[in-house]
Amino acid sequence: MAPAKKAAKKGARAKGEAREARFYPAYDVVAKKGAPHAQKPAKLRASLQPGAVLILLAGRFRGKRVVLLKALDSGLLLVSGPFAVNGVPIKRVNPAYVIATSTKVDMAGVKVDAKLNDAYFKRAPAPKAKKDAEGDFFAADAAAPAPELSDERKKDQATLDAALVKAVDKTPMLKAYLGALFTLTKGMKPHEMIF
Amino acid sequence: MSDSKGSVRLYVKGVVLGYKRGLRNQYVSTSLIKVEGVQDQNAAQFYLGKRIAYIYKAHTEKKGTKFRVIWGRVMRAHGSSGVVRAKFRRNLPPQAIGGPVRVMLYPSQI
Repeated sequence: MAPAKKAAKKGARAKGEAREARFYPAYDVVAKKGAPHAQKPAKLRASLQPGAVLILLAGRFRGKRVVLLKALDSGLLLVSGPFAVNGVPIKRVNPAYVIATSTKVDMAGVKVDAKLNDAYFKRAPAPKAKKDAEGDFFAADAAAPAPELSDERKKDQATLDAALVKAVDKTPMLKAYLGALFTLTKGMKPHEMIF
Repeated sequence: MSDSKGSVRLYVKGVVLGYKRGLRNQYVSTSLIKVEGVQDQNAAQFYLGKRIAYIYKAHTEKKGTKFRVIWGRVMRAHGSSGVVRAKFRRNLPPQAIGGPVRVMLYPSQI
């Protein structure tokens, strides 16, 4: 027995060192993954610079030409028609659904308010539908009123448009260009076109 | 805008040629698409990754329309004459062969 005791002493703990667990935990312990890493700002292709005129490729405003105001942290682009010119309001668009043209608007005199960020466009949560009666349930389904544009949005649109239209007016024909729709016609080859 | 929907075309026309195949076997999970105006492999590079819509008309109305769509993507060029290979969410049915598809301009790289 004596030699065994000696071997045990070899791996002896230093003073204050914690004792090794005698049993495995009965359940698997999930290791903590640490703090989630912060989202880096999305990388955009070089053509997407503020002031660039873009062509929207999908959605309600497809075919419209708009002005790129800035890229947002989420990777979406902040654009404006301007609304006064072609009816496209200040909105966010996915860069995948956009063609950048070589046309530029001089943005020197246009100040894009810092409050126009991703949070600004966040929708208010839909009011919870009552679930007591079956009749109510169906009624709630039918009558969901369209959210009305707030006065704040309208005001922001107007102030931005005023500066943007002024910038657009500096270049002859640019206003008409922004107002015109882009469409492919017979024989047009997008793979050979320079936008 | 609803008025511009009909007048604006933002896709390139394509035709389904058939499936990827060998002498005796065909691989229906990959369709071959001829894109209008694309005559060589280099021109086909522009369309890699682009979304394709195969739109067809069915008898029963669903979601308020008789038109249905099968979405797909351009995977790579097929040969050197501008034909591309495409994969669809559901394999294209044989009656699609010879039929039109829409090669969209997104996801855009311009």
